Amino acid sequence: MKYINKFDPQKDQVVRILDVDGKVIDEKLLPKISDKQLIEAYKLMNLSRRQDDFQNKAQRQGRLLSFLSSTGQEACEVAYALAMVKGQDWLAPGYRNNAAWLTAGMPMHNIMMYWMGNEFGGQSPQGVNLLPPNIIIGSQYSQAVGIAFAEKYKKTNGVALTSTGDGGMSEGEVYESMNFAKLHELPVVFICENNKWAISTPYAKSTKSLNVAVKGIAVGIPGIKVDGNDFLASYAVASEAIEFARQGNGPVLIEFDTYRLGAHSSSDNPDIYRPKPEYEEALTKDPLIRMKKYLIDKKLWTEKKQTALDEEQDLFIRQEFDYAEAHKDYPLEDVFNYLYETKTPELEAQYQEAAAFFAANPNAKGGHH
Amino acid sequence: MKQLNNIKAVTDALDVAMEKWNEVVVYGEDVGFEGGVFRATEGLQKKYGEERCFDAPISEAIYIGAALGMALNGLKPVVELQFQGLGWASLQNILGHMGRMRNRTRGKYPAPIVIRTPMGGGIRALELHSEAMEVIYAHTPGIKVVCPSTPYDTKGLILAAIESPDPVIVLEPTKLYRAFKQEVPDGFYTVPIGEGFKIFEGNDITVVTYGAQTVDCQKAIEQFEEKHPDLSVELIDLRTIKPWDRQMVFESVKKTGRLLVVHEAVRSFSVAAEIMASVTEECFEYLKAPLARVTGYDIVIPFDSGEGYHQVNPTKIFAKLEEIINFKF
Repeated sequence: MKYINKFDPQKDQVVRILDVDGKVIDEKLLPKISDKQLIEAYKLMNLSRRQDDFQNKAQRQGRLLSFLSSTGQEACEVAYALAMVKGQDWLAPGYRNNAAWLTAGMPMHNIMMYWMGNEFGGQSPQGVNLLPPNIIIGSQYSQAVGIAFAEKYKKTNGVALTSTGDGGMSEGEVYESMNFAKLHELPVVFICENNKWAISTPYAKSTKSLNVAVKGIAVGIPGIKVDGNDFLASYAVASEAIEFARQGNGPVLIEFDTYRLGAHSSSDNPDIYRPKPEYEEALTKDPLIRMKKYLIDKKLWTEKKQTALDEEQDLFIRQEFDYAEAHKDYPLEDVFNYLYETKTPELEAQYQEAAAFFAANPNAKGGHH
Repeated sequence: MKQLNNIKAVTDALDVAMEKWNEVVVYGEDVGFEGGVFRATEGLQKKYGEERCFDAPISEAIYIGAALGMALNGLKPVVELQFQGLGWASLQNILGHMGRMRNRTRGKYPAPIVIRTPMGGGIRALELHSEAMEVIYAHTPGIKVVCPSTPYDTKGLILAAIESPDPVIVLEPTKLYRAFKQEVPDGFYTVPIGEGFKIFEGNDITVVTYGAQTVDCQKAIEQFEEKHPDLSVELIDLRTIKPWDRQMVFESVKKTGRLLVVHEAVRSFSVAAEIMASVTEECFEYLKAPLARVTGYDIVIPFDSGEGYHQVNPTKIFAKLEEIINFKF
């Protein structure tokens, strides 16, 4: 172990590899990762950021109901999702996990459909073990515990990852989940993306705990605090934690120290509650800028490549959005079809009633858009 | 065949299920070593090991969330909630996740979970041990709710619930756990979810009930028919609260023209309310008397000293049957 049980959360130690200028602080801490993977990670971070920007504009036009952006948190989200073994490991995300969701294998148009109000958007493709966003925060922790229980029970060797924010850490279910997972030594990685704000409630009003990572101590699981805006540190620790859990050592709690640069949701205005100096300071730690500087220093990236990438990704986002918009509606039967494996008699009767009604009143559905 | 009471029928069902499906895991408070406060899971840990039948820490909020994760990853979790009133923390996941998972993943992740929990009063228990809150569950889309009253049905419905691809809540009338025995077949069989059972055939009044009140209703009806030898009462044990056997109830009411619904749960917004509304919609022109119900009152379940006021009993049911039959337009 290079990180877990080496960095002491009780002393508020933080794993950090890149400084804010993208310079490596400690070579010994560098994870094993290829140049190709580094570029892939950076492209995913950039893609998620641009998707967030695009969706913000689309939401203003009334073409998305609402969504919760990952802007500012891309480094850790891409890092832990990239460290998962696709098809074997699982992710039970929270709602602010666009970058992780994308990286773990959710097609972008699914994500967009989800935020357009179409449940098909929540269905991950076959071979991708991914749950829809969890809107009731905290309970994704318990679902991950069950997934991990089944992995251990079936001896299929997968690891469950689950993520919430600093707000979610106030939920009792989070503690209960960690306790249960440790009792059974389950292969689960609990993630907190501490972005300092639970809607308008600042971290300091959520907990008096020294940090989030120490919350593992009470249940006997190792906690580790990482600079969540540092992709290399995030990837290093996430990879180690996943393997730690896979090897049968039980769960780990990772706190990614990060910052929500955007609003809570597209309906929220953080300028009302967020101190401007705090936000401006956070901008200087933007994970994309750090990563880009690092890649340019390593001669893996150029401004010219960046321009080409932005164009290519913007086109892709546009195409995915067009696809989602063209597929956002579904027929009446779909709201009845997926509740049970087969419709119960009363549901069948209600469906017939609705079908007759909408056949006679084709404009009665209405809707926002 | 063996003679079993309801609690032993639960144990037998779980034993058969664990034997049949390696994916069945059973857990809850005190469920493992001791076999649960009612001993429903007695012997299962010894037979199937701690991995498949275990004590869970008191953390009802995650029981169902964890069961959801297990279910979507291929297991068949059977969770015991020790008492309904002590398990409110589990509602977060029951209402918010369990019934929704299949729909919100458009069928990719169904949630074949079984929750077993005692229901109802009449056992001289402490506060919050006697609740009958079936409507909360039945009101929630995506969930099925069954309530067996006999050992045969208990075993058959639990096995049907475990076999079901959808989440099922099994409400077990606490008062009937050790009330009587019945011959129960060995091995695997199921009682279909959604089918009622006609305890008595009759022509003049339809009584619909479930759970512990099946026994109260039988007593009341015997007394009533003794007094009115020319009248007969049809008694239906719903067995499944959701989806309930509408066809059986409608056909019966069309024959008798009179309906009484009996349950111990509080009255307002209850199962009785749902059945009466549906019967009004479907059988209005057949009715000879106002639809009636005997239920608990809309009160906090009283402690032991006052519980008798709240509990449904044969005398209350008998009185209501008299009222129905004496009704004149």
